[in-house]
Amino acid sequence: MKLGFSATEEEFRRECADWLNGQMAGEFKDIKGITTLTEKAERRKEWEQQLAADKWSCIGWPEEWGGRAATLAQQVIFAEEYARAGVPGRVNHIGVELAGPTLLAFGTDAQKNRFLPGIAAGQTIFCQGFSEPGAGSDLASVRTKARLEGDEWVVNGQKIWTSLAHISDWIFVVSRSEEGSKGPKGLTFLMMEIDQPGIEIRPIKQINGDAEFNETFFTDAKCPADSLIGAVGDGWKIAMGLLAFERGVSTLGQQMGFRNELDEVIAAAKATGAAKDPLIRQRIAKAEIGLQLMRYGAMRMLSNTDHSKIDGAALTYKIQWASWRRGLGELAMDIIGQSGEVADGDAYEWSVLPNLFLYSRSDTIYGGTNQIQRNLIAERGLGMPREPRGDV
Amino acid sequence: MEFVFTEEQQMIRETAKGFFVENATSARTRRAMAADGIDSDLWTGFCQDLGLAGVTVPEVYGGAGLGQVEFALLAEAAGAQVAALPMVGLAMASQAILAGGAEAQKAAWLPKLVSGSAIAACAGSEDLSAQGDSLTGTFQFVPHGASADVFVLGNDAGAWIVERSASGVEVTPHVTMDQTRPLVTVALNGAQGDKLSDGIAAMRAAREAGWICIAAEALGGAQEALDRTVAYAKERVQFGRPIGSFQAYKHRLADMMIEIEQARSAVYWAACAADEQASDLQLALHAAKAFAADTYAKCAGDMIQLHGGIGFTWEHDAHLFFKRARAIQSMLGNGNWHREQVASMILGEAA
Repeated sequence: MKLGFSATEEEFRRECADWLNGQMAGEFKDIKGITTLTEKAERRKEWEQQLAADKWSCIGWPEEWGGRAATLAQQVIFAEEYARAGVPGRVNHIGVELAGPTLLAFGTDAQKNRFLPGIAAGQTIFCQGFSEPGAGSDLASVRTKARLEGDEWVVNGQKIWTSLAHISDWIFVVSRSEEGSKGPKGLTFLMMEIDQPGIEIRPIKQINGDAEFNETFFTDAKCPADSLIGAVGDGWKIAMGLLAFERGVSTLGQQMGFRNELDEVIAAAKATGAAKDPLIRQRIAKAEIGLQLMRYGAMRMLSNTDHSKIDGAALTYKIQWASWRRGLGELAMDIIGQSGEVADGDAYEWSVLPNLFLYSRSDTIYGGTNQIQRNLIAERGLGMPREPRGDV
Repeated sequence: MEFVFTEEQQMIRETAKGFFVENATSARTRRAMAADGIDSDLWTGFCQDLGLAGVTVPEVYGGAGLGQVEFALLAEAAGAQVAALPMVGLAMASQAILAGGAEAQKAAWLPKLVSGSAIAACAGSEDLSAQGDSLTGTFQFVPHGASADVFVLGNDAGAWIVERSASGVEVTPHVTMDQTRPLVTVALNGAQGDKLSDGIAAMRAAREAGWICIAAEALGGAQEALDRTVAYAKERVQFGRPIGSFQAYKHRLADMMIEIEQARSAVYWAACAADEQASDLQLALHAAKAFAADTYAKCAGDMIQLHGGIGFTWEHDAHLFFKRARAIQSMLGNGNWHREQVASMILGEAA
């Protein structure tokens, strides 16, 4: 058992850092340090192209698709250095982290040829059409319908919480293709172009005043017959495979962002004098310990090569980080007090700590609420009986 | 990334787990609880048959020359069965002598500690004055002190090996809540000690080894508390269904697992940091002791709650876990103290 990375891996780390720092000091200086998902979206698409041109966009992909066939450790290192260098998040993170791996795992060669280069180069921005007003935690109860008419799929229904749909080019949609089917059966996974008359995007305003996610309406929306991934009726299998990609290599990069947020909280505690309060000191120590344990939990998860057993570190990771970050937002507000209740300017816009307080309420909801996480941990991790389903 | 066990570590883990599950039975532990809090046969078996008591001690002194990761695996396995053993005394005294003792002291004592032919206890106290090697003072809450053949006692002024048989050593046992680790008061009245050449290093090493030992015990105990509660949740039926199918029950089990997984990361991080002398060792040690102890206390408390009435009986083993957990929370610095050390690293000293 060892704590760190090997000498070769540390060398790779320097290579990543040199390239990223060079870019952030040079041509892409103007986007360094952006923390929101949507700010300067056009410049960030150019950044995606730069990443692809120098083969840093999707390093875990096979070389034939523009990747470097990087090891897990190398991907983790790149994610860490990416965050450390103050590079803004990937505007196409859904394409790069979800759509791409899904295509690599389940797509035909023609589909890979069609989508992967554009995903890697930021020219094909993807968003995810899973949740619906009536299908949240119970994702399998989607009602959006797809029917094959001639050589086209025709889709009708509504998706919700579609993050970044307003800047996306494509959406992948889980829809019910078998009339009268229920639950995970009879679903099909389609890739659809957004710019068409049958798709309408309406932004949803969030509690922090931003609008990163949307409602997406499908009214006789169309896509060619070969737009499905896998076979007709495979939608649930594909969607679940995709959600498994959500965990993993990006976690340590994400933690670099958490580190920056905790450092802001610590700086605020020193500036306000709260750092002298024994109760605040206890809570900051707990936050520090929590972040460290998240890091070593991720190291255990990523070092684990025995996939025959349930990995407890992986299974508990989502609820752990989400609850930690929500707690950090609350601690931040306790430290900055009423100065956190007033905005800096005339707009309903929030600096880092008040925004953390508001935004982090979503962390314990999206990607499986804390309640769903506890069900999963108890059922998959501890073998407890499954929740009974009501009749639908 | 290799933050996983080596094959050798995995083997030690399996071996230790098997040994303690088979031998540290409830009946045997309860016999020890009614006496001096040590299952002597188990200790002999651990030291001699299993031969793992000296896992961190160099081979020249009869040990295996491995590290704190391996020791943590042993303590975890022993802690999982709430084994009545002088484990923390061994960990602290052997590391103190290794880090601060002269060659002759190491050669004299380490083989005895490792073979189990001498039982050790270790404690610190500000109430200690030394005139030469004649020691006067009081050491409170010394674990397994009534059974100890030898003490390592000290503070920032120095550390001494004191034999139980020396004149002027008075040991007063106390009825102790955790009967698997009874506490004593050791009073020295002009007792003769054998001064360790580097007392500060000795006491530091003792503390660090003690934290790793009890944090690992806590991890093992917390996991076992969860495992036994999970088994109960499957077999106990109320309202016509296993109680583990109720969400209020499931979610509490899930919360136990969430804490345990973090405690696991904490303990292995600290043990590994100790072996590598990593720059974040102190942070790791404070995190591990504070987090693992609190996790154990939560899980053992939940074990009682989730077992209902049977969990509150003397007959059921839940109280063994619960009392061991409470004792670990209080010993070698409580959670608030450890977290304050972390806060001081980040924020500077408290006002």
